[in-house]
Amino acid sequence: MFDAVVAKMIGNGILETLYMTLTSTLIAYIIGLPLGVVLVVTDKDGIRPIKWINSVLNVIVNILRSIPFLILMMFVTPLTRAIIGTSLGPTATIVPLVIGSAPFIARLVESSIKEIDRGVIEAAQSMGAMPMQIIWKVLLPEARPSILVGSAIAVTTILSYSAMAGIIGGRGLGDIAIRYGYHRYDNGIMFVTVALLVVIVQVLQEVGMMIARKNDKRKK
Amino acid sequence: MYYGKRGDDGISTPETIVSLKNLTKTFPTADGAGFTALKDISLDIKRGEIFGIIGMSGAGKSTLVRCINYLERPTSGTVLFQGKDLSQLSMPELYNLRQSIGMIFQQFNLLMQRTALQNVCFPLEIAGVEKKERIRRAEELLELVGLADKRDSYPSQLSGGQCQRVAIARALATNPQVLLCDEATSALDPSTTRGVLALIREINEKLGITVIIITHEMAVIEEICHKVAIIDEGRIAEYGPVSDIFTHPKSDAAKRLVLPQGERTDEFMGGRRCRIVFDGRSAFEPVISNLVLEFRHPINILYANTKEIDGKAVGQMIIALPEDDRLAERMLGSLHTQGLSVEEVTGNV
Repeated sequence: MFDAVVAKMIGNGILETLYMTLTSTLIAYIIGLPLGVVLVVTDKDGIRPIKWINSVLNVIVNILRSIPFLILMMFVTPLTRAIIGTSLGPTATIVPLVIGSAPFIARLVESSIKEIDRGVIEAAQSMGAMPMQIIWKVLLPEARPSILVGSAIAVTTILSYSAMAGIIGGRGLGDIAIRYGYHRYDNGIMFVTVALLVVIVQVLQEVGMMIARKNDKRKK
Repeated sequence: MYYGKRGDDGISTPETIVSLKNLTKTFPTADGAGFTALKDISLDIKRGEIFGIIGMSGAGKSTLVRCINYLERPTSGTVLFQGKDLSQLSMPELYNLRQSIGMIFQQFNLLMQRTALQNVCFPLEIAGVEKKERIRRAEELLELVGLADKRDSYPSQLSGGQCQRVAIARALATNPQVLLCDEATSALDPSTTRGVLALIREINEKLGITVIIITHEMAVIEEICHKVAIIDEGRIAEYGPVSDIFTHPKSDAAKRLVLPQGERTDEFMGGRRCRIVFDGRSAFEPVISNLVLEFRHPINILYANTKEIDGKAVGQMIIALPEDDRLAERMLGSLHTQGLSVEEVTGNV
């Protein structure tokens, strides 16, 4: 069953999965990281409370977070077509992946920043630091190890979302598992794709955690 | 420049650096009534002083110190810093002014992801000081606090006392006029506390920086403060030179702080007692022996200790007065004529 064609298909599947996952994670962080910062900063206990911005963002994040990814993916198909030109393939899958994971990332970043001792922020304020200086010099650097741990979690969640995208022809390992493993009862391919997904998740998780540990100066 | 040496009062009138006028702070509460943390506080702090603010936890002292640099905005009243009304400043002006007021905290509040040197550099980055100059200044300050060899250590690698020294160096980086200390020694053990207090005194004397110390420990006030304000339930119960408050506490709050606590024995609770305070002159005179010889009546000493306050040896003693009221009155009279500070103490002392 494992001829050269199947092996090549699975090889491509790995690359497509990694491409979708890593690109989506990157773009989702470009959106989610500032969003998380704004959520903390504009909170009523934040360094620059702005109630309306905070409320609006919270509502948007909550709505997007409460739509199951499978549904969201289908729901945003028109938008995907408008941006990419098609709703099929790995590049098109990036659109729902980013929309689905950016709010989740914003919450991860928010909770990472909230772990910072209030006293440290107060100390910066006592030195006359302006809100932007506090964001760049206190919030982000002090939360960095925790944000990195969060990104290890985010990347594995996005990987599992990307596998789901196989249902609507997103390609990658998930697509192969669904088409060959599920619809054609090819247990061999099913087993191999699942095993590969497990390995990829483990590797991404470990690399992320390792980078986070190396960056944390709180431990001796 | 006036350096606030002890006992200089009255010789010259140094300039008031921080002035609080009728300060009130009310925090909103769920029931809408509001919690009043500070009630009508007025204080003048002179340049070069080490000024203590003492009170029980919840007395409002932390709120008070945060009003001085406007981390908390008072609900009413004015804060004048070098004559400038803080409420009239724009935000950029306030950020600027905060660079003239250093602050240290109970939990040190160092940046955990930065080395000692980088922590000291932090306020200089905020002030826009150029990098080479920042490092030069930070090294100089670490030298001053005795941690030059720890420049590349992270806070997690330092002891509590070392962390507070880094915090002090950081607070001094922008050459502040005033150093606010919010329970700065409360998380430290007694010997580390003495070291940190000695450093604060050295900074006050060498650099002429005015120090405002918030604490709940009378020992801290006795050790380094020139003046003290006792804050109780959001109000100032009493304020003046530390030696005056120690010798003649007037308010109940002051008496609670000054009089020995937890060392009484309950069987003496019934009788009359009096507290004698010895100043530098009388500390070595055999007052009690003289009293015993004069009245031929035994005297029970319930408590005694000696402290150094404002550079002078000051002792206090609590003795039980005889049951015989006439004899007790005569003893009190005799003590008074010796020029000692004597007062009867009652209640739960």
